[in-house]
Amino acid sequence: MLGEFSHQRMVAVARKEFLHIIRDPATLFFALFIPVLELFMLGYAIDTNVRFVATVVFNQCRTEESKRMIRMFENSKDFRVIKEVYSDAEMNSMIVSGKAQVAIKIPEDFSRQIEAKRSAQILVLVDGSHSSVAGVALNVSNAIALQESLKQYFSERTMLIESRPRILFNPDTRSANFFIPGLMVVMCQMMAIMLSANAIVREKEKGTLEQLFMTPVRASELILGKLIPYLVLTLVEFGTILFLMWSVFQVPIHGYVSTLVGLTFPFTLAFLGMGLYISTRVDTREAAGQMAMGTMMPSIFLSGYIFPLDSMPTFFWYVAFIFPTTWLIDAARGVILRGAGWSELWLHAVVLWGMGIASFALAAAKFRKRLS
Amino acid sequence: MLPPTIDARDVTIRFGSLTAVNRVSLTVAPGEVFGLLGPNGSGKTTLIRGLCGLVPLAEGKAIVLGRDVATESERVRAQIGYMSQKFSLYEDLTTRENIEFYSGIYGLSPAEAKARSEELMELTGVAPYLDQYAGRLSGGWKQRLALVCALLHRPRLIFLDEPTAGIDPVARRDLWDLLFRLAAEGISLVITTHYMDEAERCARVGYIYLSNLLVLGTPHELKQMPGVTPPGARWLEIYNADSANLLLRLRSLPGVLQATIFGQSIHALVREGCRNADLGLSQARVVETEPSLEDVFVTISRMQTEKK
Ligand SMILES: Nc1ncnc2c1ncn2[C@@H]1O[C@H](COP(=O)(O)OP(=O)(O)O)[C@@H](O)[C@H]1O
Ligand SMILES: [Mg+2]
Repeated sequence: MLGEFSHQRMVAVARKEFLHIIRDPATLFFALFIPVLELFMLGYAIDTNVRFVATVVFNQCRTEESKRMIRMFENSKDFRVIKEVYSDAEMNSMIVSGKAQVAIKIPEDFSRQIEAKRSAQILVLVDGSHSSVAGVALNVSNAIALQESLKQYFSERTMLIESRPRILFNPDTRSANFFIPGLMVVMCQMMAIMLSANAIVREKEKGTLEQLFMTPVRASELILGKLIPYLVLTLVEFGTILFLMWSVFQVPIHGYVSTLVGLTFPFTLAFLGMGLYISTRVDTREAAGQMAMGTMMPSIFLSGYIFPLDSMPTFFWYVAFIFPTTWLIDAARGVILRGAGWSELWLHAVVLWGMGIASFALAAAKFRKRLS
Repeated sequence: MLPPTIDARDVTIRFGSLTAVNRVSLTVAPGEVFGLLGPNGSGKTTLIRGLCGLVPLAEGKAIVLGRDVATESERVRAQIGYMSQKFSLYEDLTTRENIEFYSGIYGLSPAEAKARSEELMELTGVAPYLDQYAGRLSGGWKQRLALVCALLHRPRLIFLDEPTAGIDPVARRDLWDLLFRLAAEGISLVITTHYMDEAERCARVGYIYLSNLLVLGTPHELKQMPGVTPPGARWLEIYNADSANLLLRLRSLPGVLQATIFGQSIHALVREGCRNADLGLSQARVVETEPSLEDVFVTISRMQTEKK
């Protein structure tokens, strides 16, 4: 070995790598535009929360009770009455044409049945082709019906029990609150692995690696020099999404940002290492891109980013914990939505640091062997 | 006398079952311009990479700048410059940024880097192109920039792998002028080329054919090799208006051992006793000559193939 680790050589590599990044429009596009685009898509367009579902009302009864019933539906904010209809045919066509997803029909005998202390019926038609809408509509109408029957049962007396469900931590059950922390993690993962998977293979392809091997630069200087700009870029992206989440999408951050950064750092290392490993193994950028995608896909699907972990088959539930993504998404939701701190997340920290160091060490060892 | 810059003995390099370099021995003296010639795929690049310690030697030993490349390749590399066959600087970086990067990699202090790059810019004239992207430079300027980067750390030995391939004749001549100035400073140069005029300018030349170093010597020595001019034969340089037809006819004659077009003339190796009139050359201007380097390489390649 020739001398010690040289700070100067590492800085020279880092500087050069930074120049590559800012001169490469494709990388910049990936780094800056895609995450923001995804963020806005998730934040606005794909609001999987069901709110203000288009609803039509067919009120045959037209009593005070029936009108109050409809107001209750409206007040729940889950339904938005777009039209009142006056026949079954009209009601059906509104649903079939997709203009309304829910129809509420209150039969003529509604009030009479209540007065007679018999079970009054209302008909709630739900368009099942939007499964999430259907689920919510069913739940809410059941709850309203239950509440109303309780009220009727206890009639003029004060309510003994009033059910006021309150969802903790994400009170409006807004999907942005649930998805953006996950998105942040997934975007950082993509950035880290894509950048580092190209790190060595690009130089192999262009023939510049051979020239580098002729210089006194050491493997460790080359690796660190290349990965530092990537790490910085990934953390900048992380910060940007976090800021937009907080400022534009108004997702409150209940915990400390420092906790989040402390966990994202080893997470990024893990994927930088993985990308570097890919980069030393393949010879073309195309192959590197495919391998990076190949490792990314399962970790996105199994990480709980889209599909909740608890709804997975047991086997996949266990597999999910192999991925650093799973750990960081869980931790990020914990910090942002529940205000979790180190005392709750120490295991996440241990696991992520372990994965980060292991993957980095593996890649560095592999690279060093190729170099000599 | 100074110890040789390169002392290679029986250097053998294999890729799996393929022997790319077979028992090559050669020495290069300080300040010497050494040319490596041979057809594509003969093993020139591989030999250079072996001498730099970039690929391991299967057999043999190479002492470069007093150090064994097998055990001290890092130290060796720190003292040699290398210009690979393909342009291998960063095309998306400017000339200046490439120079700064390599100054950093070679551990030059800022003051040193400044002095050295100014000195080299003076030598090569790349200064006007400092802010151009390296990828936009023409072939000749790319090679000069590559040379600057390979010289930053004041190497005592430079390997240049086909540095003049694909650049125009003027740039080629300028580059050679540059190389001679380096040699004059005592730097040894090992250069591969396909151009015979460049081979002629080398102090010594080695010819590699099918992984073997067939001959080694000064251009003059090679032309005098007995194998190239068999006893009782002589080389003629023939000037004639219709060289193409004459060549075909000459090749069909039993007294003519070899004939090739050589610029304006034909080079032919003919048996003693064959007079010009026998060859039908009464009309042509004929001068006796020594074989060209190309004649030498063609002849020994043929001899090698026939031996097998
Ligand atoms: N890394 C390698 N792996 C396998 N074979 C190689 C490698 N490098 C070169 N070769 C083979 O070694 C032989 C010599 O190649 P090379 O040294 O590049 O020839 P030259 O530079 O004289 O054109 C060729 O047959 C080539 O295919
Ligand atoms: Mg070659």
